[in-house]
Amino acid sequence: MTDDLLSRLLGPADPELGCEACFDELDRYVEVELAGGDADAAVPGMRPHLAGCPACAEEHESLRDLVAAQK
Amino acid sequence: MTAHPDVTDDRDSEAWLAALRADGPERDRAIARLHALLLRAARFEVARRRSSPNLHEADLDDLAVQSADDALVAVLAKLDSFRGDSRFTTWAYKFALLEAAVKLRRRAWHGRELPTAPDHWPETAAGSAAAASDEAASRELLATIRDAIAEELTGHQREVLVAVALNDVPIDVLAERMGTTRGALYKTLHDARRKLRRALGGELP
Repeated sequence: MTDDLLSRLLGPADPELGCEACFDELDRYVEVELAGGDADAAVPGMRPHLAGCPACAEEHESLRDLVAAQK
Repeated sequence: MTAHPDVTDDRDSEAWLAALRADGPERDRAIARLHALLLRAARFEVARRRSSPNLHEADLDDLAVQSADDALVAVLAKLDSFRGDSRFTTWAYKFALLEAAVKLRRRAWHGRELPTAPDHWPETAAGSAAAASDEAASRELLATIRDAIAEELTGHQREVLVAVALNDVPIDVLAERMGTTRGALYKTLHDARRKLRRALGGELP
C-alpha cells in the first residue's frame, strides 16, 4: 500500500517519454513486444512512462491484447 | 457486411494505403472496411471497461460507434504520418482504443467533482494502512513528501499530483476539465515528481 503510494507520487526514476510520444510509438512497441523482441530497447523511455502514466498503461494493455487476439 | 475485394488481406499495409488514397468506389470500400475494423477495436475496449461507473449497458454500443467514427476521422487525417513502423491495422487500432478509452473515462467521471485539494492525503493512506512497524520508515518518508508537496510545488503542480497520483483521476479527464492537453498535464506531473525526488534526495529507498 505505502510502496504503491510512493511509486504513484514519485513516478519512475528513469527517463521517460511523454504521452504524445508514447502514443506515436505504441504500435511499434506492441508489435516488437508480441514478436518477442526487446521492445524496451526499441523504444527507450516507454516502459518508465507506462509505469508512471495509468491512462497510457491502459491503452498499451488494450492494444497489446487486441493485437494478440487477432493473431 | 459484403466482401471488400480491394484490400484482400488486413495485414497488407501497402494495400490499405493505396485503397484509402484511391478515388471513388475503391476508396469508399476501403473506408467502410476501415470503419468496421475500428469499430471492432472500440467494442473490444468497451467490453473491457463495461463495469466502469456511470456506464449503462444500452449506451455501450453507441459509445463504441462514436469512438469508431471519431477514430476514422483521426486516421484519415493522419494517414500521411503512418511511417510503416508497424502494420497499418495495429497503427489504426490505437486510434479507436484511444477514442473509446477517453470516452469511457469521461463517462465514468461525468458529474463528479475532481479531488485536487490535498485535504485528506495521506490520512487516507495512513488511516487505512496497517501501522506495521516495518512501514515506519515509509510513513516517515510520506510525511517528508507531504511537506515537500506543500513547500516545493506550485499550486498547479499540487493539484495535478493530488488528482492523478493520489486520487486516480485519469489524466485526460483532468486535462479536459482544466482546459489543457494530456501531454501538458503529464509534463506538469513529471516536473512535480522530479521536484519531490530532488527534495527527498538521499531519503529515497
